Amino acid sequence: MSDLLGYLLTGLGIGAGFALVGSGMVVIHRVTRVVNLAQGAFAVLAAMLTSALLATGLPHGLAEGAGVLVAAGAGVLTGIVAIGRPGTEPGAALIITLGLGVLAYAVEVTVWGDQPRSYAGLPGAVTLGGARIQAHYLLVIAVTLPVFAALMAFFRGTDPGKALTACAENPYAARVVGIDVRRMGLLAFGLGGALGGLAGVLLTPVQQVTFDSDVTLIVNGFAAAVLGGLTRPGVALAGGLLLGVAQTLIAGYGGGAHQLEIALLVMLAVMVAQAVRAGSVREVAR
Amino acid sequence: MSAVAETRGLVVRYAGATALDGVDLTVGEHELVALIGANGAGKTSLVRALSGLVRPDAGQVLVHGRLAQVPEGREMFAGLSVDDNLRLGGWRNGRAGRATGPVYELMPELTAVRHRAAGTLSGGQQQMVAIGRALMARPDVLVVDELSLGLAPKVVDMLVGHLRRLHAERGLAVLLIEQNARLALELCDRGYVLEAGRIVLHGDADRLARDPRVAAAYLGGHVAAEEPR
Repeated sequence: MSDLLGYLLTGLGIGAGFALVGSGMVVIHRVTRVVNLAQGAFAVLAAMLTSALLATGLPHGLAEGAGVLVAAGAGVLTGIVAIGRPGTEPGAALIITLGLGVLAYAVEVTVWGDQPRSYAGLPGAVTLGGARIQAHYLLVIAVTLPVFAALMAFFRGTDPGKALTACAENPYAARVVGIDVRRMGLLAFGLGGALGGLAGVLLTPVQQVTFDSDVTLIVNGFAAAVLGGLTRPGVALAGGLLLGVAQTLIAGYGGGAHQLEIALLVMLAVMVAQAVRAGSVREVAR
Repeated sequence: MSAVAETRGLVVRYAGATALDGVDLTVGEHELVALIGANGAGKTSLVRALSGLVRPDAGQVLVHGRLAQVPEGREMFAGLSVDDNLRLGGWRNGRAGRATGPVYELMPELTAVRHRAAGTLSGGQQQMVAIGRALMARPDVLVVDELSLGLAPKVVDMLVGHLRRLHAERGLAVLLIEQNARLALELCDRGYVLEAGRIVLHGDADRLARDPRVAAAYLGGHVAAEEPR
């Protein structure tokens, strides 16, 4: 029983990271229709930079903040390259983001080398209901949940948030009322970059990061995002948490190295079930 | 009377096809102007050029003051509430200029549905939201692209009433693009007839309504195109 609680909390911590990456993809996709395959690179970039800054003696908090800010900037830059040219098709922009993700490998290896990096997170362990878990997992959860609450408040309660939703709902009408749709797309890319960067700086103390860690993040983040139809950040949160918990449970009880594949199969099953319910499978078959 | 919106020799082409071919059109201050024409005549291209959504290939678009558009098909932000749709209409005004109260005073019918998602409203209600959203920009001239399309006559009467009041009480200039030429020429002072991207007739609305060519093509008179081939 205490094992289960431990796995659950650890899984929620890992899943929160997936949820952040996934919601970043959702935020970008709903406004621009672009599936941003550079999303994992934002996390790696922020993690690497934070690790380097901490090594120079910058205190925790500041280093992580700088990592997230730079990731947000990288998001905006990615957006400028991917959708800056008017009339760029979302499919073409997707390939551009893939290319930028690979380019990020080169930059990261050149600047920080190809060895895994990590840094100390919140030290110590906590005993909860008989389960001992690293305190840092609780920190990840404690940061992620308010971030999602803030994200929701931003989309539902502020005019810029509503304008982003308006661009997602009806880009033509958005232009009619004078919303600069491309600028909103760049704002979404910046927001997505920050969310990805936050995932990176939060997860690195419990999962060391290498230049190609973005693959795991993007696969899981994308799975979480697709669960919400790539349009609902709240569902991406649920999907990410579910995925994290499923993987930890499978690793904990099965002890296997295949937790990623099995968890993705679970996710695939959920997606197929959703698609059947929504009738989209029949539409495609027609 | 000075113009609030005008085009001079306006040419718009899409991928080689000419949508507008040298259009001169003027909407004066406080004026109600009709633009009639068949499908594909270039009406919507003219609306987009006036709104700055397409760039002219030649000629000029001059807007003195603010122009707001009620787009064809109403183009709601379907998942957002009526109130949010209206607020975003004031996007250019900045935060302070996005209070929606005046729109509900003008169209009290919307008050009861203000928190409903715009996509769930009837066509007539959506058209009111579209007009309200355009008014939020505090325009000097309102360009209405197809006011009556797909709406019941009673609903159209109500919308026309709102437009008349806006014109009478606030001096709002209106360019009304309509398939229903009778309605447009009744409501407006002046009119233009657009055919294949060119203005073929213009003048006082009642004179246009009596013009045999207008009567034949747009007012349900003898219509050559509908004869069996």
